[in-house]
Amino acid sequence: MIVEVRDLCFTYEDGTQALNGVNFDLEEGQTVALMGANGSGKTTFIQHLNGILRGSGSVTVDGLPVTPPNLREIRRRVGVLFQDSDNQLFMPTVLEDVAFGPLAAGKSAIQSIESARAALERAGIPHLADKAPWHLSAGEKKRAALAGILATEPKLLVLDEPTTFLDPPGQRDLGELLSGLPQSKILVTHDHLFARRLTDDVAFFREGAIAARGPINEIVRRFEW
Amino acid sequence: MDGAALPSVVYLARRAQRELIDHKIPLMGVMGAFVFAAQMINFPVGNGTSGHLVGGALLTYTLGPAPASIVMTAILMTQALVFQDGGILALGANVFNMAIAGVLAGYLPYAMFRGRSAGIFLGGVLSVMVSACFALGELILSGVPMPAMALAISLGLFAASALCEGAITLAVTRAMGRIQPGFMRQPEGIHGTPAIALAMASAALVVAGVFVTSAWPDGIQRLVSQSGFSSAQSAWLAAPMADYKIRFLATPWIAKIAAGLTGILLIYVLCILVEWVLSAARSEPGRDGA
Amino acid sequence: MRQARIERWSRGDSSLHRRHAAAKILVAFALLISIGTLTRYSAPACALYLALLLAGAGVARLPVGAVLWGATVVLPFALCFAVVSALAGDPAKAVVFVVRAWLSAQVAILLVATTPMPQLIAGLEALRLPRFLLQVMQFLYRYLTVLAQEAGAMIQAGSSRAGTLRTLRFREAAAIAGVLFARSYARAQAIHRAMVSRGFEGRLPAIPQARFQLTDAVFGFGAVLLIIAVRGAFGWA
Repeated sequence: MIVEVRDLCFTYEDGTQALNGVNFDLEEGQTVALMGANGSGKTTFIQHLNGILRGSGSVTVDGLPVTPPNLREIRRRVGVLFQDSDNQLFMPTVLEDVAFGPLAAGKSAIQSIESARAALERAGIPHLADKAPWHLSAGEKKRAALAGILATEPKLLVLDEPTTFLDPPGQRDLGELLSGLPQSKILVTHDHLFARRLTDDVAFFREGAIAARGPINEIVRRFEW
Repeated sequence: MDGAALPSVVYLARRAQRELIDHKIPLMGVMGAFVFAAQMINFPVGNGTSGHLVGGALLTYTLGPAPASIVMTAILMTQALVFQDGGILALGANVFNMAIAGVLAGYLPYAMFRGRSAGIFLGGVLSVMVSACFALGELILSGVPMPAMALAISLGLFAASALCEGAITLAVTRAMGRIQPGFMRQPEGIHGTPAIALAMASAALVVAGVFVTSAWPDGIQRLVSQSGFSSAQSAWLAAPMADYKIRFLATPWIAKIAAGLTGILLIYVLCILVEWVLSAARSEPGRDGA
Repeated sequence: MRQARIERWSRGDSSLHRRHAAAKILVAFALLISIGTLTRYSAPACALYLALLLAGAGVARLPVGAVLWGATVVLPFALCFAVVSALAGDPAKAVVFVVRAWLSAQVAILLVATTPMPQLIAGLEALRLPRFLLQVMQFLYRYLTVLAQEAGAMIQAGSSRAGTLRTLRFREAAAIAGVLFARSYARAQAIHRAMVSRGFEGRLPAIPQARFQLTDAVFGFGAVLLIIAVRGAFGWA
């Protein structure tokens, strides 16, 4: 199991109860899509997987409980792709940004640059290494952000609405790129057509808990998605 | 006056570094970008003219004075380098006027009124007015002729923009409060009021000295002989001021730099004082998330 | 936007582009000090500095006309003082004001047009400016365009109400500024979350530095000496 979550509950500071006892498993190498209405808890949930938020219950990632002493290692093994790539590409050049992860994990500058170049290759954009982020198209930014999280050689990829800002060809390209990656994947998305490219396993969130888990067609039919 | 403010900003920035508050860097950078973007917004202030948000006061209320100083410096440097607004020659002066004096002048009313509207408005007004007065003083010192009429007009214009800034800052903070309360920092209590008063008084004296002596040399001679100024001030004021100005303009460049350096030293001392005061307003763990 | 054009120039390639940013900054600084302390008796010095700047623009393969024109943006401000000076009976000084302002803007343009922003910041750090301040500048520069676009979109939306394009009212302008602030703040929090997710623990990575080479030293020293020589020969009042 690469992810094991038991009875996860979380309430925001303002009193909103975002998660009401979530139970979730993911086997290594598998891909699952998280779907559900806005505010159903999907984004809150994934923020518990790398310790951004901490609720009650247990969360274990790749055998490590998500507690402060393990956070550094967990954040190396879990790569989160956020919805707005601009918030993720915060360094002055693409290469520096992609090297951020390995550097933060303790690698030397030279090793980090090497890992960064390798990640850029895997993402198909080695030629963008010296570009500034604001010169990139939406699709290129998404790939650069992806390279950034691949650079630490993670075992789990968490993708938050990755198709936002992408046009249909961009979505197709991203889907192809992702399906070629060996990591386990958790995909938060509204787009069940995109989800289909990558998996047939959907966990449907409703009111802070997983209401059902199963094949896409069933879930879409059952919840009229 | 290039480099006059440099020691103080360096000092502030190095202190921040030692305390490992790199966590604040994204927020400060983005807020700097916000100020630029917000300057695109036209605020109609009557008669078809429009004002813009200068932003010093707003930054001070939301980030605290020390971070606000650093962000203002970053903004000024970016404007001078990236947008070549001509501020590159006067960068040191601008940093002192706006990033240090202006921020402090904006913070004090806010703290004294404990964050109420009056404090917000007054802080906005003073942040611009004080910067402008320092700028005028420096201009006069650098030899720009300033007949009384020009002085009056300049002061009038500055006062008008200061009032605009107060109004705009107040309106924007109200709008922010409607979206989400909690953006504004609770002002620290007035620790070290005497220190603040001393800092502002010294600054005011420097400015007043520059103004007054340039424009009314005879009056100063009389004042000095009649009252008991401290030796530092009398040295500054008692020189035959009209002669000083002429000599200042005609001296070779090395003497100018020497005169400038004395000014720098004075300002540096002032900034140390200010920094000591600002250290009371330490940054708290903010609403940074995670 | 002018900024975009200068940015494009900065990505060019010439022997001037390839010089270390710290050397260029020092040369620019020397030029600015020399120009800033000019008095009325220095017309030959101004001419020589202009020649120097034009030579620099030439080496950097920049469109000279555009470069010269770019500096005129500062003129309105300088012209005000010039007018005051002239009226106060000192026309020579008026000329000096305008020339000084224009030349110094020229220096800034040449510096930025031959040095991309990341290198410029690295150069400033090599010259011992505090890293904290420079990293704030980096983030500022990074998100400048993003926030400007957001602001532009909101301003357009605001002034397109009621089917006609009109200028914003005061209250609307304040509301837009408020929303822009809230969104910027939220964005900063999202950036921080992304940084933490990628392992950030309180220290941003160091700013990558290019090696300072002999050519850079030769260029730096040579240019500064030349500037001082011109100043010394022609600049005495």
